[in-house]
Order: sequence, then C-alpha cells, then structure tokens
Amino acid sequence: MSDIATIHESSHSPSSAATAGEVYGLIAEFIEPNDVVRAARRAYRAGYRKMDGYSPLPVAGLAEAIGFKKNRVATLVLIGGVTGACSGMFMQWFASTVHYPLIIAGRPYASWPSFVPITFELGILFAAFSAVFGMLILNGLPQHYHPIFNAPGFDLASQNRFFLCIEATDPKFHLTQTREFLESLGARNISLVEH
Amino acid sequence: MAQVHSTHGHEDNGHASSEILGGHQSYTTVTDTIADVVLKRPLGKAWLFGFAISFALLMMFLFAVTNLLVRGIGIWGVNIPVGWGFDIVNFVWWIGIGHAGTLISAILLLLKQDWRTSINRFAEAMTLFAVACAGLYPLMHMGRPWLFYWLMPLPNTMALWPQFRSPLEFDVFAVSTYATVSLLFWYVGLIPDLATLRDRATNPLIKKLYAIPALGWRGSAIHWHRYRTAYLLLAGIATPLVVSVHTIVALDFTIGIIPGWHTTVFPPYFVAGAIFSGFAMVATLAIPLRSYFGLKDYITDKHLDNMAKVMLVTGLIVTYGYMIEGFMAWYGANTYERYQMLVDRPTGAYKHDWWLLILCNCVMTQLLWFKSIRNNIILLWLISLVINVGMWLERYVIVVISLHSDFLPSSWGMYHGTVWDYMTFYGTIGLFMTLMFLFVRILPAISIAEMRELVHELHERDEARTQATPPAARTV
Repeated sequence: MSDIATIHESSHSPSSAATAGEVYGLIAEFIEPNDVVRAARRAYRAGYRKMDGYSPLPVAGLAEAIGFKKNRVATLVLIGGVTGACSGMFMQWFASTVHYPLIIAGRPYASWPSFVPITFELGILFAAFSAVFGMLILNGLPQHYHPIFNAPGFDLASQNRFFLCIEATDPKFHLTQTREFLESLGARNISLVEH
Repeated sequence: MAQVHSTHGHEDNGHASSEILGGHQSYTTVTDTIADVVLKRPLGKAWLFGFAISFALLMMFLFAVTNLLVRGIGIWGVNIPVGWGFDIVNFVWWIGIGHAGTLISAILLLLKQDWRTSINRFAEAMTLFAVACAGLYPLMHMGRPWLFYWLMPLPNTMALWPQFRSPLEFDVFAVSTYATVSLLFWYVGLIPDLATLRDRATNPLIKKLYAIPALGWRGSAIHWHRYRTAYLLLAGIATPLVVSVHTIVALDFTIGIIPGWHTTVFPPYFVAGAIFSGFAMVATLAIPLRSYFGLKDYITDKHLDNMAKVMLVTGLIVTYGYMIEGFMAWYGANTYERYQMLVDRPTGAYKHDWWLLILCNCVMTQLLWFKSIRNNIILLWLISLVINVGMWLERYVIVVISLHSDFLPSSWGMYHGTVWDYMTFYGTIGLFMTLMFLFVRILPAISIAEMRELVHELHERDEARTQATPPAARTV
C-alpha cells in the first residue's frame, strides 16, 4: 500500500461524487488510546483505506493499524548524513591539495586524519537537516488549511482526545453506513467533517 | 443518531502516578497544568523582579560590548603571555553547561530513562541559550567580530580557505553544528506543544502567534509515526555530536604545546566536566522553577536525586582527571609539565584559585554521597551553585595558570580580569537569564506531549501490574 499522506492531497477526486464536494469525512471520538487503535484495526479489516487517526500523543500501533507502512525518514537521514560527510571531506581535500595547497606542520597535503572532525560535524549537520525537513516535507507541513480542523471538538485532539476519521474519498464511504459502522466501534461522538 | 459533540470532554483519561510523577495525573491534568503556566498565569512579582535584574545585566553587557567595539580588546586584561583570558574561560564554561541539555534530551532518551521527560524541555532551552552565550566570546575575542565570516569556507576574492587542520577551525564547525542541531531538536520537540497552545489559547492574536510555528500540526497518526522516527534519529545523532563538541574544545588546548595543556586526558575529562557543570546548572534552574510555577508533581524529589547522582559520578570522573594530570606530569618527567602541575598550580601565584577549585569540585561534591543531603533541596541548590563556581575556576586554572608560566621565566606574567571582563561575564549571565525568563513565560517549560506519553506508559504499566496480580492479593 502506498503512502497514505499522498492520498490526502487527492481527496478532491470525483470517486464518490455525491459527497466529496462538501464532506471531508466522518470523525469518531474516543477516550482511550487503545480504543482508537482497536477501532482503526476494525475499520481496516472492514475494508476502509482512506482514514487517519488523530491523537495528542504518539499512539503505538495506530499508524500501522490504518495501513501506513513506508516511513522514509530514516532513509533520508542516512542519505543526508552520507552526503554531508562526503562533501565535508571533499571540500577539505580540494582546498588543501588543489585549490590552496599549503604545508602545515610538515603534513602531507591530503592529511585526511586532520579532516575527520569537520567531516564528522558536517555529516551530523546534514543528517539533522534531513531528519527535520524530511519529516516536515513528507508530512506536508507547514499546511495552512486542513478540513479536519472543522470537526467539532477537534481542539481536544491536541489535548486529551483520540479521533479516527474515515474520509469521503474512500470508495466504501457512505454517509449513513459509515456512521453506523463507527457507532458499532464504540465511539463516543461521531460528527461530519466538512471541507 | 443525532450529532452529539462533546466540545469539552470532562472525563479524565489515562490516570497515573509514580515516583517521577507526583499526585494523580491524567492527560487533562498535565495539559492543563503546564499550558496554564503560559496561557493563564498572570505575571508574578517574583518573575518581574527576576526579569528586571536579568535585563539590567543584559543592558550592562551591551554597554560593555559597545565599549569593546569602540576601543578594542585592549580594555580586557588579556596580553602576552596570557592571550586567552576570561573570553576563553567563559566560552568553555558556557558550552559545557549547554552539554547537559543535550545529554538529558538525547542520551537519556535513548537509554529510556523516563525521568528525563519533565526536565528535557528547559534543559534543551538552557543548552540553546548557553551556546548562544558561549558563541559570543570567540567572536568578541577576534577583535573585529564583523569579519567573523572569514572563519567560514566562503568564496572570496583572495581565494583563501580557512585552515582546516586547526582545532580552532574544527571548533567553528563543531559549535555552529551544535547550535543548529540543538535548535532543530528543541523546535521539533515543541511542535506538538505549540499545537496544544494554539488549540487552547482564547485570545485570537495569541492563537495566531502559536499557530504559525505549530505549522498546522494536527496530530495525525502518520505524522506522529514520522515525527517519532525523526526525533529518535535526532537524539541518535546528537549523542555523538555532544561528545565531539567538547572533545574538540579540549583539542583547542591539547594540540597546543603549553605545559598543562598538552595532555591526552583532556577530551574525556572535558566531556565529563561539561556534564558535571551542566547538571549543576539544570539543578540551579529547576529547583526555583518548580517551586515558583507549582510544578513539583512533575519535577519531583526523585528527579533532583537522580541529577545529584549524575553530578556525583561526573564529579568523581573530573577528580580522577585532576589526579591523572598530576600523576602524568610527575611520571612523564617533563620539567615544564611537572613544574606547572605540581608546583605552580598548588603553590604559585594563583594557588588560591587552584585550592578553591579542588574544594568546590572534589571536596564539596562528596556531600552528595549522603541521601539526606541529596534530599535537602536547599543544600542541593547551594551545592549546585558551588559546582558552577568550581567548574568556572577549573577553566580559569587551565587557561590562565598554564599560560602565565610557560617555558621561559623571562616571559612569565600575571593576568587579572579587568572591570570590562567582569561586566561582560556577568552580562552574559544576564543574557542567559533574560532568555530563560522569557522562555518560561512564552513556551511550555515541560514538554506536554511527552508528559502525556509518560502518563500513558505509566498507566499501561499499572494496568499490566493489576492484571498480573491475583485477585486475592489485590484486595490486601
């Protein structure tokens, strides 16, 4: 299954023409983190794919429960770190042997051991940039507007409530059936999220 | 079914309490308590008083720096033979203080020490502000700070490059990387909390001000997943970084041939000393902070006890470093080194500083063996102040005593800080405290999201324990 975040962006697709225009999805509120994970698993088993969980703390297993698999942050950090270290070493080698060769303390021009600290620091710097900006870009942040904030009581998603939202672009989405399904999961409140 | 929305759920969820989390806490109580310090609490008299003093010191700093820029570093006490005076002492002191923040936020995270949660945010802030203070000193010491970009490998018409084989150039990269990574780490940790403040703020302007740096964070499960990975990896790369930074600071000295500097024990004992002074500074700040803002349930006596233990261990490592320095000077049979370490330091012109250093760092620290002293908050606070002084003296001893008497007695000389040195030093304390005072008012001093996570974990652990206990035992 592909990266779910990319699906958010295509939520305007005409697949469920009756609702997609105004409705973003149906959101269910839960009190305990374990309840939302259970609900997400059952929704995935019931065939829903376009959904997301919202929580004030990282809930173990919630992303996996809604079918998220590919977390590319670690790869990006590795690429960033290796790029940083290689360019650091190259810069020092180039400056010391090609562009401005100088004999310092009787060492050879390419005295690589003395280039190690700066190589290391630049590796760390690039890795850190890739971790932070990679995470933000993959998450699509900063984002000025997102319809989920229209959900009533959603301000609690950053405080003490856990939410599961099934999006209208899901082929299985149906206003009444999905609502009934969410009710069967033991959700506390179910509300309509508009665009 | 009708749409019933609970706009404001009143039920509490995820109850927990333990040694590292006092009272009976839930997601709601941790969120309310920590966020209200920022959003609801009026400016207290004590805060205003403290801020006013810090701000006055900051103004004194600006005055001292202005005079420095107008008249040059001749207003300081530095001269040959002691060309590195207060500026390098303070640089090393501040950067060492910063290191505890990274240690708490990164290394203790990787070691799954859950007591770090409630102190990591302001320890990271302390790191940032301390590194800012540290970075100012080498810049000012350059004499013409507006040419600082000469340190960077930038294309220039003279086709010159910085000297990449020098530890001073390593330092440029190490400290700037350290400052950048600390800022990123701190900011990433803040994003979910900024979202919480955005959602709780009632004043539309304040809401907007928190919304912008919150970047539209909505707590999506997928976002959290990537966020956790990024945060853990940042911790993973910050760990070797913090060790490398103080190692490189130590190399600034060891690669010089000055007696008292040219020794291989410096990097490890500098790192231990950095953690030692940093934890002392965390304790110095945490003790008043928790009582003033009523956060004793989050920064508990257990936290202070653990910090005291870290101070004790690193203090012993530092003491071991002093002993090895003395031993190697004797065993190495280098006349200059032996004179420096065994004669000049304990009996020379600066002997008072050296003995005071031993008293602060080696003798006073031994008090922390006793549980009754670790649990006496006032005593612990005083000891943390003593350690801060001791670690400053350590750098003073290393920089000044080593330089004032090198190989040729004809070039020996004395160094004393001038009034401008002291004004600059106390001025950076003002800068640090001003930033700290603003920080505790504007941003949550304890990570709210991580405290919720802690509540969740403790809650799960409690439930697992209750289920594991047979019903008969439960009633007893």
